[in-house]
Amino acid sequence: MIAVANVTPTWYLLLAAALFALGCTGVLVRRNPLVMFMCIELMLNAVNLSFVAFSRTYGDIKGQTTVFFVLVVAAAEVVVGLGIVVAILRRRPSANADDIAELKG
Amino acid sequence: MIEIIVFIAASLMVLVGALGVILRTNPVHAALSLVLTLFGVAVHFVSMEAHFLAAVQVIVYAGAIVVLFLFVIMLLGVDKAEDLRTEPMLRQRYLGPLVGVGVLGLVGAAILVARSRTIVKSVEGLDTVGHDANVKQLARSLFSDYVFAFELTSVLLVIAVVGTVLLARRPNKGLQAAREKAGVSS
Amino acid sequence: MNLLLAPMQQAEKLASPSVNWGSLTPLLVLLGTGLVLLVGAALSPRPWKRGMYATMTAGAAIAAGVLQFVLWSGTVHHGPKALVKDAIVVDGPSLFIGISICAALLLAALVTDNYLRREDIDSPEVYGLYLMAALGGLVMAASNDLIVLFLGLETLSIALYVLAAAHRKRIESQEAGLKYFVLGGFSSAFFLYGIALIYGATGTTKLRGTESIKTALSLVVETDKNRALLVVGVALLLVGLAFKVAAVPFHSWTPDVYQGAPTPVTGFMASAAKAAAFGALLRSVVLSMPELRDDWRPAIWVLAILTLVVGSILAVVQTNVKRMLAYSSISHAGFILVGIEAAAHGGESGNRGVASILFYVLTYAVLVSGTFAVATLVGRSGDAAHSLDSYKGLGKQRPLLALTLTVFLLAQAGVPLTSGFVAKFSVITAAADANSYAIAIIAMLSAVIGAFLYLRIIVSMFLEEGDAEGDKVAIPFGTGLAVAISAAFTLVVGFFPGWLLTLAKDAAGRLF
Repeated sequence: MIAVANVTPTWYLLLAAALFALGCTGVLVRRNPLVMFMCIELMLNAVNLSFVAFSRTYGDIKGQTTVFFVLVVAAAEVVVGLGIVVAILRRRPSANADDIAELKG
Repeated sequence: MIEIIVFIAASLMVLVGALGVILRTNPVHAALSLVLTLFGVAVHFVSMEAHFLAAVQVIVYAGAIVVLFLFVIMLLGVDKAEDLRTEPMLRQRYLGPLVGVGVLGLVGAAILVARSRTIVKSVEGLDTVGHDANVKQLARSLFSDYVFAFELTSVLLVIAVVGTVLLARRPNKGLQAAREKAGVSS
Repeated sequence: MNLLLAPMQQAEKLASPSVNWGSLTPLLVLLGTGLVLLVGAALSPRPWKRGMYATMTAGAAIAAGVLQFVLWSGTVHHGPKALVKDAIVVDGPSLFIGISICAALLLAALVTDNYLRREDIDSPEVYGLYLMAALGGLVMAASNDLIVLFLGLETLSIALYVLAAAHRKRIESQEAGLKYFVLGGFSSAFFLYGIALIYGATGTTKLRGTESIKTALSLVVETDKNRALLVVGVALLLVGLAFKVAAVPFHSWTPDVYQGAPTPVTGFMASAAKAAAFGALLRSVVLSMPELRDDWRPAIWVLAILTLVVGSILAVVQTNVKRMLAYSSISHAGFILVGIEAAAHGGESGNRGVASILFYVLTYAVLVSGTFAVATLVGRSGDAAHSLDSYKGLGKQRPLLALTLTVFLLAQAGVPLTSGFVAKFSVITAAADANSYAIAIIAMLSAVIGAFLYLRIIVSMFLEEGDAEGDKVAIPFGTGLAVAISAAFTLVVGFFPGWLLTLAKDAAGRLF
């Protein structure tokens, strides 16, 4: 039946599953926090793809609205995550000296 | 026929991009591969008639989020991010591919089973609902059915802003004065 | 001019949903206070009076708690209801868990005030984040739509990521924030994928009410249509929530994050975040998908047993008190999962299970807030003295503080005449009622193993000599008050548990 020239939502769903699995593997395998964040973005994109595909199968808009919310959440997450990374790296060089000074004071 | 070609091309973009994110050692390359994936997903959105989301996908994801990633990578220096020395999941590393394959197998099987049994209402998609434009439908859903969730996202964004302020702020003055008194230069 | 307005006049008016503002007041109080605090502090030319931020936060927590009691009495007269297009509900379980979260917020605000000043990092943002996190928790416990639930979860989690990293001078704190963030984001993605598959299987994300998952479920189960999709979706949902409640095997972040985060924040995580996540688990899976229970109950069963056993065994071998408490919070999560398993049976015994979960969540929230309040004090300036050695000689140095900590630890161990005993007892009897004897016995055994841990701390407080150099533990007013409140609550509920049990039972019966 795949020979019939028609792209069904199932194709999209399988692609989304593959993308999700790749992102999931990436989070577990990579050690760079920035790349881990990117892999989480891959997972969220896979979810978005599934939502839109389901939205199409049901012929209603809810799935697409949800993608909208996921976008907001992804943006908020990235902002905070990168904020934490910057905070860590900015204080790393002088970390040891500072700690000693503060513990004595 | 053209549909299939578009699907295959965009899917290749998505998968190659995703593999790039996972396999490229240089974070800049990973971020650029992420852009490839995001564009591929945007193409899929277009072919599923989610035009507004496709636009937002490009503007917000590729335009804002990836730029933010690149900005931080450049700000910190490309090599430095690697030695954060924080290892969120040391023991699970060897599990990575296993978990990935497991999830793929599980979800893939479920999707295929659902496909063979279910009668999907229509493949025509959203056209059956009405002839309103995609944006209009989305807006109606967002501001009526999901208005509470919509308001909640505003709280989420406030948290993101406040959180970054808190994280990025320099130590306050009282501390610096104390440091100077103790004769430690900061 | 007219030309510009013409398209607007053509546009049909959007039918905006009616909003019952009165029922949203607890959320609005938390949000409003948070915004006033942030904007006010940013605009005022000089810093506010000491303790003002915390006072406002505590006031908001009390106000929100009281308002939820008022709403509760409203549900007695008018019955539970759903608001704003069925996005959230006002019913017994949601209000009970909401009150638990407000109690945790109150205690956290009291403790955090002294902590931030001691560490010289006082700032209004921390309180703003506390308030918004509590708001997210309330939404999670009350949500009637998986999307709203997800957004509440993210509101709570993102605020907590920042709070965990909020101690600018301790690199451990920021590393804890990073770790929590990566694993939290990872688990959120699983949770979200679960929502997507459930939406795919049922065509809706609404949990209960008309055109909801609950109504679609019987069709799915009957016709066997999309069932596999639904089951996998629920499994992913459970994985996401298991991460949040720190159930084994999804617990690996807990000890590091609990250890690294500022101690008052750890207390808030262990109380409010756990309460909210269990509220969400209860609402999303247990109460909304009863027809599917044969598929997901075994998963809860396995999670509960693993969590109980691993949590209590690993707790015993730790040497850092914050890590010990982290593992003990894991084993407490196991006990609550026992209650969830009982609740999963449905019917009368299921109702008792729900009541036992609610009771456990509230008493544990107060108990663990008190415990971490004492740990905050013992941590001393710098928030680093958390090894077991730091507790040596506390009995001589600060007898009253050592005594209250003993009360908390005994309650956590489940010794009679404390709230912890009643909570454990009600969970285990609920399990026995539901004929889950195996799980009830394992719960009792793990309580016995866990008791060793608490005894170790008590022994080192009273029987071992402290090092002479250690500076005396200071007890400021706010933290002292928080400790006193939670100790009093623990003992009062321990001696007279009847009223709270009745309330929990009443709440469990008043479901939307």
